Amino acid sequence: MEINTGNTAWLLLSSALVLLMTPGLALFYGGLNRSKGVLNMMMMSFSAIGLVSVLWVVYGFTLAFGVNESAGLQNIIGNFDYLGTDVAKISEEWLFFGANTGIPTYAFLVFQMMFAVITVALISGAVSDRMKFGGWVLFALGWFSLVYIPVAHMVWGGGFIGTTIRALDFAGGTAVHINAGAAALALVLVLGKRIGWPKENMRPHNVPFVALGAGLLWFGWFGFNAGSELTVDGTTVIAFINTQVATAAALLGWVAVEWIRDRKPTLVGASSGAVAGLVAITPACGFVAPLPAVLIGLVAGAVCALAVGLKYRFGYDDSLDVVGVHFVGGWIGSLAIGLFATDAVNSGITDEKILNASNGLFYGGGATQLLRQFEGSALVTVYSFGVALVLALVLKAVKLLRVSEESEVGGIDIAAHGETGYEFTPAAGSGNGGAFALAGIGQKETVDADGKASVSQKVSG
Amino acid sequence: MKLVTAVIKPYQLDAVKEALHALGVAGLTVSEVQGYGRQKGHTEVYRGAEYTVEFLPKIKVEVLTDEIDVEKIVDAIVTSSRTGKIGDGKVWVTSIDEVVRVRTGERGLDAL
Repeated sequence: MEINTGNTAWLLLSSALVLLMTPGLALFYGGLNRSKGVLNMMMMSFSAIGLVSVLWVVYGFTLAFGVNESAGLQNIIGNFDYLGTDVAKISEEWLFFGANTGIPTYAFLVFQMMFAVITVALISGAVSDRMKFGGWVLFALGWFSLVYIPVAHMVWGGGFIGTTIRALDFAGGTAVHINAGAAALALVLVLGKRIGWPKENMRPHNVPFVALGAGLLWFGWFGFNAGSELTVDGTTVIAFINTQVATAAALLGWVAVEWIRDRKPTLVGASSGAVAGLVAITPACGFVAPLPAVLIGLVAGAVCALAVGLKYRFGYDDSLDVVGVHFVGGWIGSLAIGLFATDAVNSGITDEKILNASNGLFYGGGATQLLRQFEGSALVTVYSFGVALVLALVLKAVKLLRVSEESEVGGIDIAAHGETGYEFTPAAGSGNGGAFALAGIGQKETVDADGKASVSQKVSG
Repeated sequence: MKLVTAVIKPYQLDAVKEALHALGVAGLTVSEVQGYGRQKGHTEVYRGAEYTVEFLPKIKVEVLTDEIDVEKIVDAIVTSSRTGKIGDGKVWVTSIDEVVRVRTGERGLDAL
């Protein structure tokens, strides 16, 4: 075979970019968390890199993308064609998606590896400060095996969401974001609220971390989205542009909501808006034109800014808004395909040999594709939520789910990992941002003579 | 001997320090403290969740002096730290029974 060096080089570079997103996520989540749980928060992302990378090469890739020929079964799972490290296949061309991409199978393997890593890590933002680390590792192992692998197969690997329902997902709106968001919701419903939530002060302990993490996510996301074309062509460029403009628009959308509602535009909001935009444009980036991408971003930024308030209304403690940002943003992007997808941007959409889907509602395709997008997203939501719920209930039953009250109040970093993010002076050592109190960034959590906490909270979201 | 204690806004510290220096005050102690007076705290909003922070960062300045200089020092602090806005702080004077210079063991006014 002839390897296409341009395509392969871009895919390997994209893989590295996507990997960078997970440490970026660790910073984003770590900064949003309280200081006494920052390391645990980041460790959940790093553990996903370790665990999922290894499992992906052992059985993940082959079960997600192996071409299963048994009727029925091929709809939900792959086979063992690529089991382990069969070095003879390293330069074998990846022939899937009906396109002659000229990329070696193992380049595709490593690119998809990074997707699996970050999808698992995304879930962790919901469970900060209170989940047993061993329980998290077991949950990650179980969810990756039972949910991520089959969902990746169903959406991208020849399974029925992609080939029968014909829902489109360019870079992971359903397979990554809706999937992780639904799992996060199930997990927190079983796990319960953090002690003191929502009345206690649980604001971000390091906003510069949040912005740095969002910046790294944004940077890496070009590989996530534009890499997903697997080749370098016009659609790659469109996906790249869409990633930028939708993200920029979502940043503006989220900040606009804050400015109007709370009277002040915040950096946490700008960073969160950017992530919401990245999430929303992910499934659509290779199917829509740049101006609709701007609209998708604006809507995602504004709607996600409002959606993060849902947890207060419904009373579930999704600590860092995985549901509000990834689940909601993923749905927005997935449905947007049904409105704005056009074969003028990506001729593969309506090509019956490639995707055999329809143009969006506003591009002459009627409501066909919108309905397919809804079906695909709903299926992933139900499946991921259901399995995650069972996994969480099993972990709860064997007492591997939640740390003790003492560990949670004292800080999960020291309880679970024996290390702390910051060295506090004794006077400032409450573990709730005390080290930054002197710089005026954080405030110590203090209890007055009546035992009433010094911080109170009301919700305007 | 008297102890003049002032709780002021953090960004007024330089002005107070200069005013005291101009008076010839030899030394002072500064600490970072938190508290509130009539203005209470302020509100911060993160992702739509509103937090009321009651304790605000303040600076506490302490000056040991003899009784003759007390008024001048109090005036200097009040004048230099006043912005006219709420939250400017307080100054109070307490009596001191004894002062010892650790290095030499001198006591009383000699130790100031």
